[in-house]
Amino acid sequence: MALSYEVKLDTFEGPLDLLLHLVSKNEMDIYDISMSCITAQYLRYLEQVQEQNLDVASEFLVMAATLMHIKSRMLLPKAEPEEFENEEIDPRAELVQRLLEYRRYKEGAQQLEEYPQLNREVFVRPETVNTVDDGASSAVSEVGVYELVKALRELLKEPPEPIIHAVVKTPLSVADGIQHVLQCLRQQQYLPFRECFCAMPQRDEIIITFIAVLELVKLQLCKIVQLNQHGMIYLYPSDAVRSGRVTSVDGIKSEYH
Amino acid sequence: MELKVNITSPLKGRLEAVLFSSDEPLRLERLQSIFEVDLPQLKDALQELLIDYAQPGRGVVLQEIAGGFQIRTRSEYAPWIVKLNRNRTTRLSKAATETLAIIAYRQPVTRAELEYLRGVDSGGIVRTLMDRQLVKIVGKKDVPGRPLLYGTSRHFLEFFGLKDLSELPNLHEFADPDEVSLPLEMDFDGDGSS
Repeated sequence: MALSYEVKLDTFEGPLDLLLHLVSKNEMDIYDISMSCITAQYLRYLEQVQEQNLDVASEFLVMAATLMHIKSRMLLPKAEPEEFENEEIDPRAELVQRLLEYRRYKEGAQQLEEYPQLNREVFVRPETVNTVDDGASSAVSEVGVYELVKALRELLKEPPEPIIHAVVKTPLSVADGIQHVLQCLRQQQYLPFRECFCAMPQRDEIIITFIAVLELVKLQLCKIVQLNQHGMIYLYPSDAVRSGRVTSVDGIKSEYH
Repeated sequence: MELKVNITSPLKGRLEAVLFSSDEPLRLERLQSIFEVDLPQLKDALQELLIDYAQPGRGVVLQEIAGGFQIRTRSEYAPWIVKLNRNRTTRLSKAATETLAIIAYRQPVTRAELEYLRGVDSGGIVRTLMDRQLVKIVGKKDVPGRPLLYGTSRHFLEFFGLKDLSELPNLHEFADPDEVSLPLEMDFDGDGSS
C-alpha cells in the first residue's frame, strides 16, 4: 500500500501548481489557507520526492521556506494598533494573490490547449517554394538575425569529418568563400542556405562561407529570404550574379586577407 | 414561394481560387490589390463564401485568422489528414502551453515576471517557444538591466486559429483581493478546519 502510494507521485509544473493541488485536495478556501496544514503536506511531498532519489528543484525549496516564513509570521502576536494605523496585512496575502493569478493562467492554458491547433486538428496548405519569382515578391519575408544564427549553429553542431592524416591546411580567405558562394549561385534562381556549404564542411569552412554570404548580402549581390516564419532559408542571387556577370569581388580581397 | 436565382459575381469564384491556393492567411488589403475591387464588394463576396463553407458536410472552412482569411480543414477530419501526412508534429507540453498562455495574456512580459507568475525557471521553455516561432522578443523593458520583453507572434494566432488576441479564452475573474477581506484568525490546529 505504502509502496504504491510512493510510486504514484503526481508531477507538478512548479511549487504553485503543487500548492493549488493541495488547497483543492483539502477543499480549503483559497482566501483562508491553513498554513500549518498546507506547509506540512507540502513538506511531506518534498520528502517523498527525495525518498525516490529524485532531485527537488530549487524553486520547491524556496517555496518551502516561504511557507514556513508565513507560518511563523502568523504565530507572532499582532502589532500594537497605534504603531500600525493601517489595517494589518495578512502574511498570506501575497501567496494568495500569486495562487489566484496562477490558477487563472492555468485555466486559461487548459482552455487554450483545447483549441484546435494547427497541424494537430486543423491543416492548411503547406508552404510552397515555386510561387516565388523574385526576391522582391511580397510572399517572402526577411530572415531575422535569430533565425540566421540558428541556421549557423545547426551547421556547426554537425561533427566534422574525422581527420586521419595530418594535412597542411590551406588558409581560406573570405574572398575565396565569396567566390565559392558566387559559383554556387550562378544559374540558380534560388539556393537553399545549406547548399552553399559542401557536404562535410570543416568548422573554418562553415564560418568563412557564412561570412561570405553576409558580405554578399551587404554588397546587395544576394538576398537571404524565407517563405514563412518556419520555413527554410534561401539565398536569392541578384541578376548580375545569376547570369555570371559577377564572379568575384575584388574589393574584398584586401580587406580580409 | 419566390425562387430567387442568385447570380453571383465572378469575384466569388476568383476569391475562392486565390484563397485555396494561398499558403497563408490573406489580408483584405492584399485581396483588394489582387482583384482591384471596392472593399464592400470584396466583403460581400467573402461573406458569401463564408456562408457557403459554413454549410454542414463541408470539409473545409473559411476562417479569419491573424487579420487575414484562410481556408482550413475542419478539425473533425484531422484523423484522415494525419494518415495522409504521417509526419507527426510534436505536441506542446503542459508547461509550454502554460508559459505560452501567460505570455499571451500578459504580454509584453519579461522572463522574471513570467517566472514569478509560474514559480519556476522558464528560460528553456521560452527558448523552445521562440524556436517554434510562437513567441518573439518585442522589446526591452525600461527598467534597470533592460530585460527583454516577450510577446506572442503572428504564427501564434495561426497556430491556435485566432482572429486576434481578443479571441483568447476569457480568464476566470477572481474578486479583487483588495475587496476581499482576508480572515485573520490564526489556525494552528493543522487540519485546516476551523
